[in-house]
Amino acid sequence: MQNFISALGLGSLYGLIAIGYTMVYGILRLINFAHGDIFMLGAYFVFFATIQYKLPWALGVVIAVAGATLCGLLVDRIAYRPLRDAPRISALISAIGVSFFIENLSVVVFKGMPRQVLQPDFLTRPISLGDVKLIPLSIMVPVISFALVAALLWMLYRTKPGLAMRSISHDIETTRLMGVSVDKIIALTFAIGSALAAVAGIMWALRYPKVEPYMGITPGFKAFIAAVFGGIGSVPGAMLGGLALGFIEIMSIAFFPTLSGYRDAFAFVLLIIILLVKPTGLMGERLEDKI
Amino acid sequence: MSGMTDKKNAFRDNTMTLLAIAALAVFLWQAPRILDGYKVRIINLIAINAILGLSLNFIYGIGGMFSLGHAGFMAIGAYVSAILILTPEQKIAMWFLDPIAPWLLNLHAPFLVSLLAAGFFAAFFGWLISLPVLRLGGDYLGIATLGFSEILRVLIMNLTPITNGSLGIKGIPAHTSLWMSYGILVAVVFGTVRIMNSNFGNVLKAVRDDEVAAKTMGIDTFRTRVLAFSIGCFGGGIGGALMGNLITTIGPTMFTIAQTYSILMIVVIGGLGSITGSIIGAVLVTTMLEWLRFVENPLTIGSLNIPGIPGMRMVIFSVLLIAVIIFRREGIMGMREFSWNWFFSLFGSSKPTKGGERV
Amino acid sequence: MNVTSGAPALSLQSVSITFGGLAAVSDVTMSVPKGAIAGLIGPNGAGKTTVFNIITGFYKPTSGRVEFSGADGGVARITGLPPHKICETGLARTFQNIRLFGNETAIQNVMVGAYVRQKGRWWMNMIPFAFSSSHNEEREIRHTATALLERLGLEKYMDATASSLPYGAQRRLEIARALATKPSFLLLDEPAAGMNPQESAELLGFIRRLRDEFDLSILLIEHDMKVVMGVCEHIWVLDQGMLIANGEPEEIRKNPKVIEAYLGKETAHA
Repeated sequence: MQNFISALGLGSLYGLIAIGYTMVYGILRLINFAHGDIFMLGAYFVFFATIQYKLPWALGVVIAVAGATLCGLLVDRIAYRPLRDAPRISALISAIGVSFFIENLSVVVFKGMPRQVLQPDFLTRPISLGDVKLIPLSIMVPVISFALVAALLWMLYRTKPGLAMRSISHDIETTRLMGVSVDKIIALTFAIGSALAAVAGIMWALRYPKVEPYMGITPGFKAFIAAVFGGIGSVPGAMLGGLALGFIEIMSIAFFPTLSGYRDAFAFVLLIIILLVKPTGLMGERLEDKI
Repeated sequence: MSGMTDKKNAFRDNTMTLLAIAALAVFLWQAPRILDGYKVRIINLIAINAILGLSLNFIYGIGGMFSLGHAGFMAIGAYVSAILILTPEQKIAMWFLDPIAPWLLNLHAPFLVSLLAAGFFAAFFGWLISLPVLRLGGDYLGIATLGFSEILRVLIMNLTPITNGSLGIKGIPAHTSLWMSYGILVAVVFGTVRIMNSNFGNVLKAVRDDEVAAKTMGIDTFRTRVLAFSIGCFGGGIGGALMGNLITTIGPTMFTIAQTYSILMIVVIGGLGSITGSIIGAVLVTTMLEWLRFVENPLTIGSLNIPGIPGMRMVIFSVLLIAVIIFRREGIMGMREFSWNWFFSLFGSSKPTKGGERV
Repeated sequence: MNVTSGAPALSLQSVSITFGGLAAVSDVTMSVPKGAIAGLIGPNGAGKTTVFNIITGFYKPTSGRVEFSGADGGVARITGLPPHKICETGLARTFQNIRLFGNETAIQNVMVGAYVRQKGRWWMNMIPFAFSSSHNEEREIRHTATALLERLGLEKYMDATASSLPYGAQRRLEIARALATKPSFLLLDEPAAGMNPQESAELLGFIRRLRDEFDLSILLIEHDMKVVMGVCEHIWVLDQGMLIANGEPEEIRKNPKVIEAYLGKETAHA
C-alpha cells in the first residue's frame, strides 16, 4: 500500500511534466529539452519565496508558477520562435543549449550545492488510515495532479483556445489560414506546460525536501520517456505514461531491491523498447512519410 | 581544365600538404620546449577534441544521424584502454572495494593496441545499439542514443568488478603525448578525407540528403547508416581513450551529457559536414573553454577586486551555442572544405576559384 | 518496329493495395514487353504513382505479384523485395517531384547511381597504394559518369551542385543517375512535367533515343497527351485504382471510357 501510494505520487509527477513535452512536441515536433529545467526553476522559486523571504505558502506557489511560466514563455520567444522554419534538428540543438544555459545560470545564481526545503508542518503530520500511516503530502500530490489534468482536458476539448491547439497539432498551415494566431497559441502551449511543470517542481521539492540546479535533468528525461510511452501528442497518454513509469520504478525496486542501483536506467531501457516495439506509444497516432 | 594543369595542381597540392605536415611536426617538436605544461596540455586537448568532433561530424554532419550518445562511446574507449594498459598489480591495488573480474586481471596490452581495441569496442557497441535504434529518425534517434549513454553510465557505476564503479580508474600512464595525439589526428583526417573523396563518401551524403532516392538507386540505406554510425563510434572510442591517457583519471562522472554537448558545439560551430570545420571548431571551443576560466577566477585590476563566478563559463558557452544556431546555423565553414586552390586564390597567385570547394 | 508482341519485361498480376481499408489500386494486371515504350495514364489520384511505388518496392501490395525479367533473361518475382534489391535486378526510376541529391554535384549524383554495381569495399579506397583494383574501379566509375553526362548533354554542369541546375537539366540529370545503375527497365514519373511545348517536343526524341542507345524498356506516367500519344507504343489507363482500358494510342484516343474518365460523364455523352 505504501508502495502503491508512492508510485502513484511519483507517477503523477512524471505525468505532469510529461504533459508539457507532449503538448509542445504535438505542435512543433520539438523535444523541449529545457522543460526539465523549468520544472527545476519552479522548485527554486518556491524555495526562495517561502524559505528565504518567508512568504506564506499560497503566495509562494503563485509566485513560483508565474515565474516559471514566464521563463517558459521567454525560452520559446528567444530560442525557438526564430527557428520555426529551420530544420527540426536546429531547434533541438537550440533546446539543448537553452537547457544547458538554464542549468549553468542556476549554478551561478542559486549556487551549486543542494538546499534543504523545510516541509510545512501541515503537510507532514501523519494520519492513519487503518493500518497504513500516510502524510497528507502523499495524498495531495496525486489529487492535485489529477485535478490539473482534468482541468486541462476540459480546456482542450471545451474551449476555443483548446480547439485551436488541437487543430494546430494536426495542421499548422491550415490553422494559420483560418485566422488563428499560431504564435499566440504556441505561446499558450508553452505557458500551460511550464505552469504544470512548475507545480510538479514545487511538489517534487516538498516530497524530496531539497532543491539543486541539476534536479530537472533526470525527472525531465523520464517524463519525456513517459510522454513517448503514452503516445507523444496525447495529454491523457502523457499522464498514463507517467503513472506507468512511476509504478515500474517503484515496484521493481520494491520486489528486487538489488536493482536499486540501476533505477535510473529503467526508464531508458523502457524507452528503447517502446521505440522499437511501438514507436507511436499507447495512445499516439501514426505519422507516415510521403514518398 | 587540361590534364597538364590537373597534374601540376596535384603536385603542388601534395607538396603543400607535406609542407604543412612538416610545419606541424616542427611545431610539435618545439612546443614542449617553449610552452609550459598547461599550454601543452591544451594543445593536446585540441587534437583530441578535433578527433571527437570529426567522429561526431561523421555521424551527424555526414551521416545525417543526430546522435547524443558520443560521451557513451568515449567512455567505452576510455575504459577499454585503461583496463588494458594497467598492470595486474595496479589493478589489484585499485579495485579495493570489489576485486576486479579475474578474466580482466591479466589482460595487458601496449598503448597503441589498447587504442585500437578502444576504437573497435566502441564501434562494436555502436553497431549493436544502431541496429535497433537507427530504425528511428531525427530527434527520436537523438533521445535514444542519449538514453544509451545514460544506461551506460549507470552500468559503469554499478559494474564494479569491471569498472571500479564510482571510484573510477586512477593512475593511467600519460601516454597521450603531442606526437601521439597529433599523429592520430592526422591519420583520422587522412582517413576521413579518403572516404569523402571516394564514391562511398558520395553515397553517405546521398543517404543523408534523400533516403528515398538513395534506396531507389540501389543503396541499402540502413546498412550504410549502421556502417557510418559504427565508423563514427570508432573515432569516439579512440578519442575517449586518448582523453583518459591525457587526464590519467577516468570515472563515470566524466562522460556525461555535458561532454556530448561540447563535442556537438564543436561540430555545429565548425559547420555540419565539414572536416575543416570540425578542426576549426575544436581549436575554437577548446581554447575558448580554457580562456573563459578567467571569469571564474578572482580578478584584480588596480585596486579593484572582481570575485570569480564559478560556473559562469558554461553560461557563456551555452549562450554561444544558442547564438550560433539562431544566427549562423551553417557554422563557420558550412559544408565547404579547405583546399589549396582556395588558399592560393587568397593571394591572387592562382586563377580565382569559388571560395572553398564542396566535397 | 512492333514490339508489343515480345516477351514481357515487367508484368503485374492482379496487383491490389489498400490503405486503411481504402483500395488505392485494385486488380491491376499489365505487362510491358521487352524494348517497349509504354505509358500509364489516368486522371489525378488514379493511383499511377502508387503503381510505381509498388513496382519499385516502396509499397508491398496487399495481393497480387510483380514479375520482372532483367537483362539476364530469367523471370523473377520481385513483389515485396526492398527498393535497393529491386534496383539491383535492373529496374530504375525517376520521381514526379525530382529527387536529386541537392547538395552534391551533378557527377557525384551520377556516381552514386553507379554504386550499386561497385565491387570494391569502402575501406579499400581509404588505403593508398593497396587494393589497386578498387582504385581503378573508382576511376572507371568517374569516367563512366562523365561519359554519361556528356551523352545526355550535361557536361557543362559536371561540377555544379544539383540543386543549382535549371529545371530541365535536373530532369535529365535524374535520368542520367538512373541510367548509371545500369538498368534494363526505366520507369519515368511525369518526365514532361514543368516543360514548355518545345521542350516536351524534344522529349519525344530523347525518350526514344534512351530506349535505343541504352537498350531499355520504358514505362512512363505522363499527363501531357502529346507526349504520351507521340512516344508510347502501348498505353494503360488507370481510373480510381482500376484499369479501364489498354491498347495502342489510337485505340485509347477513341475509347469512350477513357474520354469519360478524363472529361466527366456529361461531356462524354454530349
